[in-house]
Amino acid sequence: MKILVTVKRVIDPYVKVRVRADGAGVETEGVKMAMNPFCENALEEALRWREKGEASEVVALSAGGAQCAETLRAALAVGADRAIFVKTESPPEPLAAAKIIAAVARRENPGIVWMGKQAIDGDFNQTGQMTAALLGWGQALFLSAAKLEGGAVLAESEVDSGIQTVRVKTPCILTADLRLNEPRYATLPNIMKAKKKPLEEMSAADLGVDDSPRLTVLATAEPPPRAAGKRVENAAELVRLLREEAKVLS
Amino acid sequence: MSATVLIVAEHENGALNESLKNALAAAMQLGGDAMEVLVMGDDGCRAVAEKAATVAGVNTVRLALSPALLLAENAATVIAREAKDCSHILMCASAKSRACLARAAALADCQMISDVVAVQDAQTFVRPIYAGNALTTVQSADAIKFISARATAFDAEEIGEQSPAPINEIDSGEDCKLSEITGEKVSELTRPELTGARIVVSGGRGMGGAENFKLLESIADKLGAAIGASRAAVDAGYVSNDFQVGQTGKIVAPDLYVAVGISGAIQHIAGIKDAKCIAAINKDPDAPIFDIADYGLVADLFEALPELEKALGE
Repeated sequence: MKILVTVKRVIDPYVKVRVRADGAGVETEGVKMAMNPFCENALEEALRWREKGEASEVVALSAGGAQCAETLRAALAVGADRAIFVKTESPPEPLAAAKIIAAVARRENPGIVWMGKQAIDGDFNQTGQMTAALLGWGQALFLSAAKLEGGAVLAESEVDSGIQTVRVKTPCILTADLRLNEPRYATLPNIMKAKKKPLEEMSAADLGVDDSPRLTVLATAEPPPRAAGKRVENAAELVRLLREEAKVLS
Repeated sequence: MSATVLIVAEHENGALNESLKNALAAAMQLGGDAMEVLVMGDDGCRAVAEKAATVAGVNTVRLALSPALLLAENAATVIAREAKDCSHILMCASAKSRACLARAAALADCQMISDVVAVQDAQTFVRPIYAGNALTTVQSADAIKFISARATAFDAEEIGEQSPAPINEIDSGEDCKLSEITGEKVSELTRPELTGARIVVSGGRGMGGAENFKLLESIADKLGAAIGASRAAVDAGYVSNDFQVGQTGKIVAPDLYVAVGISGAIQHIAGIKDAKCIAAINKDPDAPIFDIADYGLVADLFEALPELEKALGE
């Protein structure tokens, strides 16, 4: 069974994001980029399944501008077998990304598409579900555990009330939460080897996908700041101020 | 083109989720002609539909009855079908809405807009990106707008009751049999629900262990508060995932948020920044939580918590 893993290039999660002075999005010029953390978990899980002999091949997929190829090289360096880069004019919205992933899935016929549950830039949390819809496949989302068993995946899904255990038939879409696993780092020899692994490039148009955006961004702004407050000396003073000044305690 | 706003109701164990009112508050800002509610689920959902019909402002309830509709794959198909005569499909942001609304939007070839915190007009919405470090205003070109609204951003206090609106039973669709729910590990709720609580007391990695959360429990009980946790505390196994507050956990906006032993990672702050008042207890004077807290106490929490409990008891 082949596993397709999607990886998105985003601003490094440890970088403080700044809104551009002209309000047209956030500053990405000269900003450190990284693989979306949830995609790292998805990739790690796919690699573990291959190492256990449950998957034969792990194919990494990324869509976006030219530099997404770097993110795919990073995926190859931690162990993906080959990579597919779909070039788009602008970063695809979730629906466009889902159409691209579905189109690649129809060509590659994977048993599983492992994805991150959301990307930390747009915070949409949609692409996995949308891909499943377009393919007519089942979905298991926000997973903190998953295993293959007889043509299906048994998984633990993190929902608002706790954990839901689900069984989903393959082929299916699985989306990773951060507690799924601890992603590995690339070793230097593997980084060297990754340079020789195949990376196929195509455009959204090659796949017959219309990736034009549906949303127009009218403005991007900093949220209203929360001013730092005051330091208190002890718990008794804290309680007094919460009662008398903030009036949030009776 | 009709301007019907269809709100998808959530329910648990045969009870209507209160977030319907927050969704309705958001829906009222869309300027639709009619406000309808879609209830989907097993037979127990008749009672949910009856309850939804009495929420002021609801014109009609559409009711689809089938146990298969508890699965997002099936629910999404019904939502996409029902969306055809609507201008907007709305739900409050939650694990369920993420599972079925995004799927329904793709079936209808629409780009969903998640986690809306403000409605500017019928096609223009404000939503947070980058863990709330920026707010973006987006305009949708889609014929049908699929929206999830952040419950904490839409005040439902004004929404009262009415004499029941009509309930129309609709086709419940087919079971696609792609997946099944095999079980649930649900934390028993003995305190207020986290996202709706007026006071939240949260612990972080600084709590040092699951047993130490007892220190927070006794304070939470004194205050009638819900208990929350940072991702670090959940990752460390101190409490289960449903306690997690932050970008990828729950978003809260209580009157008072007490952060204990929480450093204040960006993704945690994303979940609490709309609290009216934030109090923080941390032994590290440079912890980023103090940059946003209204009241900061630099102290060892194992000394401060018993003192806090004592001060509250006075």
